This record gives sequence, structure tokens and C-alpha cells, in this order.
Amino acid sequence: MGRVKTIARRSFLIGSAAIAGGVAFGTYLYKREGENPLLADLKPGETALNPYVKIDAQGITLITPRADVGQGAWSMQAHMIAEELDIDPATATLSPGPASAIYYNGVVGAEGLPIAATSDTLLARTGRDAVDVAGKLMGLHITGGSSTVPDMYDRLRMAGAVARETLIRAAMKQTGLPRDQLRTENGCVVLPDGLRIEYLDMAVAAADIEPVQDVTLRDPSQWRYLTKPQKRTDMVAKSTGTLTYGIDMMMDGMVYATTRTNPALGGGLIGFDAEAAQGMRGVRSVLPITGGVAVVADNTWRAFQAAQAVECDWGPSPYIGNTDEQFDAVANSMTDDHQDSRFKDEGDVVAALDGADVIEVEYRIPYLAHAPLEPMSVVVKMSQSRLDIWTGTQIPRFVQANMAKLTGMDAGNIHVHVLMSGGSFGRRLEDDYIAQAVEIAMQLPDTPIKMIWQREEDFSHDFPRPLAMAHAKGAVKSGALDAFDLSIAAPSVAESSLARLGQPAIGPDVAIVAGAWDQPFAIPNYRVTGYRTPAMVPISSWRSVGASGNGFLHESFMDELCHAAGVDPLAERLRLCWHDPSRKVLEAVGEMSDWGSDLGPNRGCGLAFTLAFGVPVAEVVEVLSTDDGIRIDKVFVAADVGRVLDPVNFEAQVQGGVIFGLGHAMNCELTYRDGVPEQDNFHAYEGMRLYQTPQITVRGLENGNKIRGIGEPAVPPAAPALANAIFAATGQRIRELPLSKSIDFI
Amino acid sequence: MKLTVNGKTYDVDVEDDMPLLWVLRDELGITGPKYGCGIAQCGACTVHEDGVAVRSCQLAASDVVGEITTIEGLGTPNALHAVQEAWIDLQVAQCGYCQAGQIMQAASFLDLNSEPTDDQIDAAMSGNLCRCGSYLRIREAVKTAATKLRAV
Repeated sequence: MGRVKTIARRSFLIGSAAIAGGVAFGTYLYKREGENPLLADLKPGETALNPYVKIDAQGITLITPRADVGQGAWSMQAHMIAEELDIDPATATLSPGPASAIYYNGVVGAEGLPIAATSDTLLARTGRDAVDVAGKLMGLHITGGSSTVPDMYDRLRMAGAVARETLIRAAMKQTGLPRDQLRTENGCVVLPDGLRIEYLDMAVAAADIEPVQDVTLRDPSQWRYLTKPQKRTDMVAKSTGTLTYGIDMMMDGMVYATTRTNPALGGGLIGFDAEAAQGMRGVRSVLPITGGVAVVADNTWRAFQAAQAVECDWGPSPYIGNTDEQFDAVANSMTDDHQDSRFKDEGDVVAALDGADVIEVEYRIPYLAHAPLEPMSVVVKMSQSRLDIWTGTQIPRFVQANMAKLTGMDAGNIHVHVLMSGGSFGRRLEDDYIAQAVEIAMQLPDTPIKMIWQREEDFSHDFPRPLAMAHAKGAVKSGALDAFDLSIAAPSVAESSLARLGQPAIGPDVAIVAGAWDQPFAIPNYRVTGYRTPAMVPISSWRSVGASGNGFLHESFMDELCHAAGVDPLAERLRLCWHDPSRKVLEAVGEMSDWGSDLGPNRGCGLAFTLAFGVPVAEVVEVLSTDDGIRIDKVFVAADVGRVLDPVNFEAQVQGGVIFGLGHAMNCELTYRDGVPEQDNFHAYEGMRLYQTPQITVRGLENGNKIRGIGEPAVPPAAPALANAIFAATGQRIRELPLSKSIDFI
Repeated sequence: MKLTVNGKTYDVDVEDDMPLLWVLRDELGITGPKYGCGIAQCGACTVHEDGVAVRSCQLAASDVVGEITTIEGLGTPNALHAVQEAWIDLQVAQCGYCQAGQIMQAASFLDLNSEPTDDQIDAAMSGNLCRCGSYLRIREAVKTAATKLRAV
């Protein structure tokens, strides 16, 4: 086994263009670097060809370290490895692997830089390279920011290629044939006479092979899986109820727990009386945890019932507790001393507005809950020497570090087993629920504990998407946009969430203006200013983060100015757009929707465009205004991710993003009274349902010069396209979300 | 009390008012039906009682009179029900957490209505929430399944 270890270490692969110094495809340098985390856990006869591929006589395991929260990341990562390894991904076992610095994310941090995705200056490239290096040094094993495909596209194909070449070397040694007489096909090395040696038969021999120094990636014309319609590897399990989510884990001797903490956020627990709860059937114990109580029982429902029966004396929330006051705080932060950023300042907005017929409006967007359908849940087991955690999480290494702090254990003894997530939308970038379960486990060692939150607990203890307000001033001149001055105020997600991860938040928070400051339009006088509202309730990233609301703020105002100028919103955007891939998605959506055609009475089309996570997305929404309210009939979307790796899942992610954006825009908000969120279940936070779902036609374009992810970018334009369509159909301009506060929907 | 689930009879000792969902999940270890809301707003817990879709989070164990079928009893990876086949053909699931409930709802609906219109599909399926937004493929998959079932 010592030999295996040496080889695997030496063949460890460093992905990422930054480390390779920005070299072109073809030759990559493999450095000995770090510890392959798979080596710690190899079974006899098993070889780790690199940190992403394990093989033994029974099969191949592909390591897919980015979390799957429904976006299909596991399947896509497996396809990227399999493409180069030359196997059918359906024949492999998938594993998310252990928490490890090796699986760092070199891309996601760039979202925190004030560098537009469209910028390719030396400064921009240097900034992105620095993010990659920092991600590596920090061992940032994290999933988010639609970064899985851009971050893993080269790295995983290289891992597959390295594994393939190593297996070919094993075959060379076994047969005495030179490299150029061997090829691979579907899990086999093929000899000149057609004889096939299965990869699995070389699992042990491969361990003795000198590391492959350089490999060549296949030309896309040779691909069997990528860019072709894929079958997601999780589809059969998800359609037969046989997939194990975090909430489904079962272990011998397991007990069931739930927690209740102060619904007035941050208020803490003054005291509690558990007498009634203690006496209830199946209740094993009622335990104090930080800010509340935990009930441990022999059945989840019994734990839920008993938790409700605990009489708790809650403290008052230290935060601004009522939504009206929260909005006042946001409004009051639009002052010079709260200015956080002004990344966009072109022309002279002040001069352009001076003396002009100024259009001045205000927009508001609410707090929003993540509410993945699988409520926060986790299984933990703690003994003196180790802690095991099973859950769906996007931050396994932060979980490890934070639980080490909580327990005083060595991080190396904390094992995070990442499971499929029943949704996240950013919620699983937090580990608060895991800490609660570990607090229980510290009081109940050597017992597997499954902790599940009641849906009401999940709603009331979310870290929501922050509320925001915008003050917009603009002017038009000679039938064209002349001045666009957007001031956005919001609390900082970076400040709130990074603090919980033990990381500093330095400099301006790009999220306050993301999706607004970085749009590719050449308006002569164009300014976007961010104001940081002092922290209120804890907040976090929500699908498409800052752009999720800023798309509405920017694109609603864009539409208002176009109407004021008397110009067509599509024609004016095309006139102003200087970024070719963005122009092309606008043109495409115009063509798809037959933009400008006569729709008949009570119908209207709205257009919106947002470039977020490097992906330009244009959406047209068509609505019908009826006596029973607005009906959304059609949506057309064009998006450019550089290269569509799976057209089937691409369409699903775009449609899902549109539905997520429309549903929340229609009827969702999280409001507070005395620090307590007022919406505590789906009856009060409905989103979209099937009968309201429009046709959504999707086109993927490939003009961008980099490959991008599509889990989030379709969300931001949905709300403004809908609001703009309602204006077109009814003449009613709605400047506040959710739209249901102002208009009915069917 | 006695419960028949997926053709097998179990003797369970639970409170009368324990929702069937938690009997299935925690007493019997049948985890296909999911907990999503606990108040019949999301449909993730949908199972069949004598072939009819019910929300198991709102059905007290003592009120169960018929035979229960869960997603595990509808079909298996090696012997798929037509609705499951359609779900796989159309690549419906994203996170997949709601899909067991969606599939059970669809199977029950199609049993009662073998040639549904779009409006009927929308009405039948709108009690099942999907946070990922897979609705368009759900609608198509129900239609595909209807065609498959009629061909049987």
C-alpha cells in the first residue's frame, strides 16, 4: 500500500488555469501537492488514481466534490470525469468524497470582487487568479455561485484523462505494447488485435505505474457525453423513492430529535419548563442548547409534539423587529456615510440630471426565505475519538472547522458525509442546524441522532435574502436614455454570512449592487451606488444572491426610462449594449418572442436582461390581464453559458430559475413582527404552482468566451420581465415586490 | 394497530393521532414519503390509500382503513410503474425531494382519469409544491404516462 500512496500523491492533480499560469489546453503540469484524501480510506485492492478516481476489481468510484442541491452537480461532475476516463458514467459509483482542501473552489470568490464578468483586462485576470490562489490556500471546499462547471470543467476532465493514461500505462506494462498501439473504449483498453482489457482488471497493477506527467484533453468533436443530452445519474433513484437524503439516513440505535429556539431571532432563552414534555410518550430527554431546547425521542413526530409542549421563556430580539422599521432603516442608510461602493460612474450623472426633466422613483424588495423542501436535518454520531455528520451541505470543510471549535475535537476526527440535498437555494451554506445537533450529541455521546426541524422552525430560523430599496433618478434626451442613476441600499450578506464562517469581510460588498453595476450598457451618464444598511437580522446568500433583487431594480427602471423616451425597450437595449454575447441573447429573445407583434387586447410583453455570474440572460414574459387577475402565459429565455454541456439539464435549470424568480416575485415575502418572521409555512409563502406555470421556451447560446454555470443566472430577470409585462398589459407600474401586494394573479 | 403497506402487514404500537407519515418513516423505515410542511400544503408526503392519493402527514394512523402504497410499492428501479418511466424519460427531477409525492399524486389521478386535459392535470397536480420549479416537465410527464397507461 505504501507504493500506492506514493504514486497517488505524485500524480495528484492541480486543476485550474491560474496554477498552470494560464496555459492553453494540451499540456498540463502535475505537481506533487497536498495529500490525496482518498488514501486515508482505501480498501485492500483499491487504488486511488488521483483525488477524483478510485478503482478496484468491482468498480470505479468517481469523486464529485461539489454538492448536489438539485442542480445536477453530481451527475455533471461524473460526466466530466467519465468523458475523459472513457467510461459510461452510469456504470460508476458516485461519491462526494471527504471534506478536503484538495477540493477547493478557485472560482466562487471572484463574485466578491468588483470586477465585471465582461472585463478581460490584466487587472481583471490578476484578480481572478488571486481568487483561485486564495481559494486553494484556504482550502475553500465550497459549492455556490454557479461555479461548479466553470471551476471543475478543466479539473475533472484532467482527472479523467490522467486516470485513463495511467490505466493505459498499466496495459503497456502488461502487454509490452507501445502507447500508440493502444486505445481506450468504454472502460477497456483495446489492443491492436481487438482484445480488450477491462480497466477493473488493472486496478491493482495501476498502482505501480509511474505518474503520468502530461496528458492531452480530447477535442470536443470526440465527446460522447458532454454537449449531448445526458441522463442524470440520480434520476431513477429520485423517481423511485430510493435516494437517501440527509433526512432519510437510518442507523441502528438511532434516536430522533428536534430543536426549538427563540422565534424572535437572537433573543435567546431565559428559562424553560420541560415537565410536561418530559412526561410525553417516547421522550427520552429535553436538553438545553444555545438559544433554545432540544427534544430527543424515539420518533420524530413525538419529538415535534414534545418540543411544542416545552414552555420557554424567550428573551427579546436585539434586532430591529418590525418590517416597517426595517425598511425605514434601509431608507435612512442612503447617505454618504453609508456609501459602500460606486463601481459604476460613467459620464456625469449630476450634470445630466441638472435641469433635465428628471424621472425619480423608488423600489422595494422584501426579505425572502430559502425554504428548500427538505427542511434542515442532519444525522450525527459522536464518540470520544470521532464525530460523524451526515447531511446535505455546501460547506463540508467549514462544517468540520466550526464543529471542531464547538467540540474541541481535532478537525481530522470530524467526518462530514455529504448527502444529496432536497433543495438549498443557498440555505446549506449555513451550518447552524448542524451545530445544534452536535450540541445534542455532546450531551448524548455514542448515540446516532437524527435531528429534523419542523417546517415552522425552518422558516423562522432562515437566514433570508435581504430586503433592499432603490432610489432611481433618470432622464431621457431626444428619444434615448441619457442618464441613469441607481442608488441601492441593503444590509450586507458578506458581512453577515462570512462572520458566521469565521472569515473577514473586507472592503465593499459587491452583492449590494451585483446584477446592477456590471451590466453591459453604454448609457451616456450611468451611475450605480451601493449603500450599506447597518446589520439587522442575520442574512445570507439566496439563489443568485445580490442579482436576485438587483435585476428587478435595474431592469424596472430601464423599462421606465425606455417608456419615458418613447423607445422600444428591446431596441434601446440593443442600441446601448456593447457586449456581443449579451446583444445576441437580446436578439434571440426578440426573435423567439416575436417581440413587437400585435398581441391583442389586455395582453402585454415585458423584457428584462441581467448579466450575472458571467451569464447574460434575456427574458420576455407575456401576460394576459383578466377579471380574475394576471395570468402569465409565456416566457422566452435566451442565455449564454459559453458551452452547453447538457442541453436537457440546461433547459431544466433555466425553467426552474424562471419559475423560482416568478413565483417569489408574485407572492413571497418574509416580514417580521417583534423580531419574529410572520410567514411560517408554505400556506403563507406559496411561490408558483403548476396551474400558474407558463410555457417557458429556452435557448442556449454559445458566444461567450468562458464556460459558465446556469443554476442561478435565470432567476434575476424573471421578476422585472413580469413587472414590465404587467405594465405593458395594464399600464400599472409596480415598484414593490411581491407584486401580489399591488395586483391579483390567477 | 395493523397497517398494510406495500402488500405487507405490520403491527404498530403508536398513538391514534400519530400521522401516517411518521409511522411509515420512523416506525417502519419507509422513507420514500417525505416530510415537507406537515400541514398538507406541499404534497411531498403523498401516498395511496386503496389507490387514492392522500397526504400522509394529515392522515392519523388510526384513521387508516385501506391498504397503503408508498412510492416504494408503486414500482422499483427494476420494475418501474408507467408514471415513474415517464418521469425518467422526461428527466423531471431536480432536487427530487417532492417527486415521490408528485408521482404518487399523478398515478392516482391517472387511475381515475386516463385521458386528462391540460387543465385537469393542472388542477390535479397543483397541490404538490416543487421549489426547484420542475412543473413543466411534470405536466409533460403526466401526459406521457397517460399515453403509456392507455397502451397497456
